Amino acid sequence: MAQVTLIEAVTMALAHEMARDPSVVVLGEDVGVNGGVFRATVGLQEKFGELRVIDTPLDETTIAGVTVGLAAQGMKPVAEAQFEGFIYPMMEQIACHAARMRNRTRGRLSVPAVWRAPWGGGIHAPEHHSEANEHLFTNIPGLRVVLPSSPSRAYGLLLAAIRDPDPVIFFEPKRIYRQYKEEVPDDGEALPLDVCFVLRDGTDVTLVTWGAQVKETLEAADALAAEGISAEVIDVATLKPLDFDTIHESVKKTGRCVIVHEAPRTAGFGAEIAARLAEQAMYDLLAPVERVTGYDTHIPLFRLEMKYLPSVERIVAAAKRTLAAS
Amino acid sequence: MSAPAPHKVRVTREHARELLRQMILVRRFEEACVEQYGAQKIRGFLHLYIGEEANAVGVMQALTPEDAVVATYREHGHALIRGIPATAVMAEMFGKAAGCSRGRGGSMHLFDASRRFYGGNAIVGGGLPLAVGLALADKLRGLARVTCCIFGEGAAAEGEFHESLNLAALWKLPVLFVCENNRYAMGTAIERSESVPDIRRHAEVYGIASETVDGMNVVDVEVAARRAAEAVRAGEGPRFLENHTYRFRAHSMFDPDLYRDKAEVETWKKRGPIVRFSQWVLETGTLHQADIDAIEAETAQTIADAVAFAEAAPPEPVEDLLRDVYAPRPAAPEPPAP
Repeated sequence: MAQVTLIEAVTMALAHEMARDPSVVVLGEDVGVNGGVFRATVGLQEKFGELRVIDTPLDETTIAGVTVGLAAQGMKPVAEAQFEGFIYPMMEQIACHAARMRNRTRGRLSVPAVWRAPWGGGIHAPEHHSEANEHLFTNIPGLRVVLPSSPSRAYGLLLAAIRDPDPVIFFEPKRIYRQYKEEVPDDGEALPLDVCFVLRDGTDVTLVTWGAQVKETLEAADALAAEGISAEVIDVATLKPLDFDTIHESVKKTGRCVIVHEAPRTAGFGAEIAARLAEQAMYDLLAPVERVTGYDTHIPLFRLEMKYLPSVERIVAAAKRTLAAS
Repeated sequence: MSAPAPHKVRVTREHARELLRQMILVRRFEEACVEQYGAQKIRGFLHLYIGEEANAVGVMQALTPEDAVVATYREHGHALIRGIPATAVMAEMFGKAAGCSRGRGGSMHLFDASRRFYGGNAIVGGGLPLAVGLALADKLRGLARVTCCIFGEGAAAEGEFHESLNLAALWKLPVLFVCENNRYAMGTAIERSESVPDIRRHAEVYGIASETVDGMNVVDVEVAARRAAEAVRAGEGPRFLENHTYRFRAHSMFDPDLYRDKAEVETWKKRGPIVRFSQWVLETGTLHQADIDAIEAETAQTIADAVAFAEAAPPEPVEDLLRDVYAPRPAAPEPPAP
């Protein structure tokens, strides 16, 4: 078994699925000869040729549109946006065409495509290179939005995304692309989409997060444990459709919930989880729901970046507030 | 379109000195940026213009302070030659509030409204519609000024490029389009990206008069830019220059530069804009080695001052994190007297 980083797990999943299913093609800017801006597709063109690993010009809108056409013809395209901020020109095709094709044709056409994009802050780059914009896609009917937080979940969820019959936005937390390695067998076993992963059991407070913040959230749980507070940690992983049941079951047990995400606060995906708790779990809650998020501004340059991103300290403080309230 | 009239250029000693000084300023500034990047004073991405200096320097000679400039994420040189002080550009690279974008733009988003420098744009091709909009505003208000829109050949593959050329031509807008064709869109060679790699022909399709320019020769660039800008200013509609150039360094500090032959890079370096122009001014006796030494010394001081300024500038206080997201609200009016 191989010890791999998150980005190596992405490459491994792509290679596995391309070998297994000849209809899978990879396309994007610099994905072939150059192996991708973050090296996610390194070696794939040598292995599978130029017709299956396609270098495109700099034309995000058209890449997204070509992807819809390929998928509508029954292929399984996996398109790369070099950064999550470069996906905005793609949104026209993703929101207006990919997400609606099945509904618009009443099932006669579907778009089994994946758009991959490095996602989120923490690499000291500004704006379009460090954004968290998953919430812009979770509001679009017809899309799945997936955000792995570890090498094994990146591998298993990307396989599932490629095999899924509907369009999937697959965001990869670039801050932890090479943060650590773990054992990931290249066995072609997909993980289920549309379920949350409970990473740590606890009884006093539920910490809900996704993407790169899973690391800080687990560290916060350690810090709380040192003070005798037992925190349950949930990695949402698939934001849309949301497995709310897993979150609800946890909150029934703990009575408290802190939602952690790096996207701006207002109408971030945490707002959706908080709203569902208010709708469905009001009488299970012992304290108001807390959110630890990015701020309502554009992600700043590196001087202030780490002040912007949720920190262990902010998560711990929020958890303690829920305990103080009840 | 008609071929440009043949031209003979006389470059005065003063002007030759200024052209050389400006190219050396850009080169040394970016070399200092590499050092500061290594020292982690500059973080994130850094796209160097080294090798392409003749383009920014040549084109800017044709513009007046009233004209506008829209550039790309490889815009340090354009910003400096447009007149933004090296201190303000370096402070911006450092992410300090004393920077020309108040420490929020960084390397890729240098802005200066007072000098009509509209960025810095990290989206390839994203600046073209902006330039068309600026020029449309000028036309609607009857202002005879030029919007100079600079982009790389990679932008020619973007839809926005084509939409923008079409509109500018259709509405006869005063845009000077300058394509800095350095042959590689990050790691993708132009032949692998364009069905018609002769970029000026795209402009011709939209009915825009165009010219191919040796972008390694500062005098050629200046002459072509002056001719094109004059036509634009005279109300003849947009003009298009395709400058053939080359970047000597990788696309960014993260780019392992594996997609091109080292021998190709070396061949282009021999045609470098600074080395070639220096040779020419020395051979013709326009300038002497002592003049060039003086330029280098003066530039070294400018760069040292810029780095010291950026280093000493205070960081933006964390209290300012939320500033400038929206315009300040006017204070609520006093309640009416009872």
